[in-house]
Amino acid sequence: MSSEIYASPDHEAFRAAVRRFVEDELAPRAREFDANGKIDKSLYRKMGELGMLGIRYDPRWGGAGLDWSYTTVMFEELARADNAGVTMGISVHTDMATPSLHQFGSDELRERWLVPAIKGELVSAIGVTEPDAGSDVAGIKTRAVRDGDDWVINGSKIYITNAATADFICLLAVTDPSAGYGGFSQIIVPTDAKGFSYQLLDKIGNRGSDTGLLFFEDVRVPVTNTIGDVGRGFQQQMMQFQDERLVACVSSNAASLALWEKTRTWCHERKLFGKTLAKMQVTQFKMVELMARLTADRELVHACVRKRMRNEDATLEISMAKLLVGRTCRVVADECIQLHGGFGYMTESAAGRAFVDSRLISIGGGADEVMIQYMAKMLGF
Amino acid sequence: MKILVPIKRVPDPQTNISVKGDGTGIVTDNVKFVINPFCEIALEEALRIKEQQGGAEVVLVSIGQKVAQEQLRTGLAMGADRAILVLSDDELDAATTAALLAKLVDQEKPELVLAGKQAIDDDANQTGQILASMLDWPQATFASKVEFSGDKKDVTVTREVDGGLETVAFTLPGVITTDLRLNEPRYASLPGIMKARKKELKEIPLAELGVDAKPRVKTHKVSPPPKRAAGRKVETVQELVNLLHTEAKLI
Repeated sequence: MSSEIYASPDHEAFRAAVRRFVEDELAPRAREFDANGKIDKSLYRKMGELGMLGIRYDPRWGGAGLDWSYTTVMFEELARADNAGVTMGISVHTDMATPSLHQFGSDELRERWLVPAIKGELVSAIGVTEPDAGSDVAGIKTRAVRDGDDWVINGSKIYITNAATADFICLLAVTDPSAGYGGFSQIIVPTDAKGFSYQLLDKIGNRGSDTGLLFFEDVRVPVTNTIGDVGRGFQQQMMQFQDERLVACVSSNAASLALWEKTRTWCHERKLFGKTLAKMQVTQFKMVELMARLTADRELVHACVRKRMRNEDATLEISMAKLLVGRTCRVVADECIQLHGGFGYMTESAAGRAFVDSRLISIGGGADEVMIQYMAKMLGF
Repeated sequence: MKILVPIKRVPDPQTNISVKGDGTGIVTDNVKFVINPFCEIALEEALRIKEQQGGAEVVLVSIGQKVAQEQLRTGLAMGADRAILVLSDDELDAATTAALLAKLVDQEKPELVLAGKQAIDDDANQTGQILASMLDWPQATFASKVEFSGDKKDVTVTREVDGGLETVAFTLPGVITTDLRLNEPRYASLPGIMKARKKELKEIPLAELGVDAKPRVKTHKVSPPPKRAAGRKVETVQELVNLLHTEAKLI
């Protein structure tokens, strides 16, 4: 396996720290978080203390100034939390809602929002998708109109992770409807702002995360809350999406590998007609096929990570990885349920949960079909 | 206050250990190594003392091969100030380890040596005691609670003994060895890991310390515990009693 991307003792030490945190704080409470529909928010402070929330961010803002290899280590270990929703909530905070703020935000904005986000004192959400615009991001309607030194925001966002937990939202809004792709801006909106409200949604999977509808009714925030330049929001968001997709690939591939291992253990224990499932050739054929696919995916994901470690653009590779990883996760979950039999159909079973959790990978962060269109362009069509 | 914390590199207690075919030791290929859990507790206690008292320095020592750097780096990442690695390729017994530590105590002049009560690999439970005796220092072993006096000159240690708790006290300098329930060691944080890169890790070849490292203890054979045989079901109580008489010879 391509362990060379994170073979140093420092990686090992960080892996051990995250593993212990996951084993002590997250895994034992995994079903509690499902029942509550969200993580215990106080755990963010512990993650902040461990340095999990600012791995690639500048030490000036409290980050560790490290590269993607450490992010990979963290999300591989978080897969052991046995709760895809919780992992997703954390990844939204670390790699989907804050990268633009870190890269393009003013010093004042970073001091006010990024520093406490890295400490785990504040939790963030990313507000892009709308009832009428998902993977076609440019179709969003939420409008921010300038009034003196303020933006006045009206509109709604849907399927927003961390809807109830978030203290602030990295919002994508239309600031100039006549300017095409130059008419969008990323704006920090605190969730205690007047005129902001949310409503939780009930999902089939990822139940350990709070997903909701957000409403903005004459929400006023200072124009200085704009991340980067006014009118550059669309382009900045597209860059932010790359990290989002890669994190999704790392964590869902790791979660699938963990499920495969759990299923192998099950197959060694479960007896049918006097012998274990593991001894049956049909089981072995299935499990080997699955591991071959998981290993191939993992290598591709690591190739993406390597490119990002060198700060190279990996849009095409990451899009390809997401396409394959999303499909493999579904196949693995499906086959693992089958091997678990009746128990696999219970929510108690990791296979059963993976079956519904994994379905999101091919939709979130850009649906497969839309991504394929982009890839076709990149490949000369 | 300066606190010296010896730490030992041992196989991860979570791994399955297998014995080498020739009985000379355990198979170490592909085995993960960690800081001995009791040493980790000692380090945690040292760090807490440092945090409470301010101004204390925590110095780590390990004796072993160059790879023990990994465990020292982890200890530095947890918050220790600097580390010393005494390089040796040989397996050392408790008396030799204690003699080497005594030498380092002469050089470093700590007020306190905080060590684990034993290492989980050989379970000797002797190093701290021998060290205290060599230094002619007081010792408090199996500590489950450590408290300092206001002037930081005296320390009161609660020890877990059969059937209760024993409280002992001494005036520094001294040796304390830690029991399992003293504390819960912290995680090494990512910022801590980054800081550890810049901390001093001094290597000293064993020969430079002028200690006779000739082993006094020889391991003749290492063998795995016998495999548990499968149980057997009997039909009647009478049959069980008979077997206890005739086969197990317990009655």
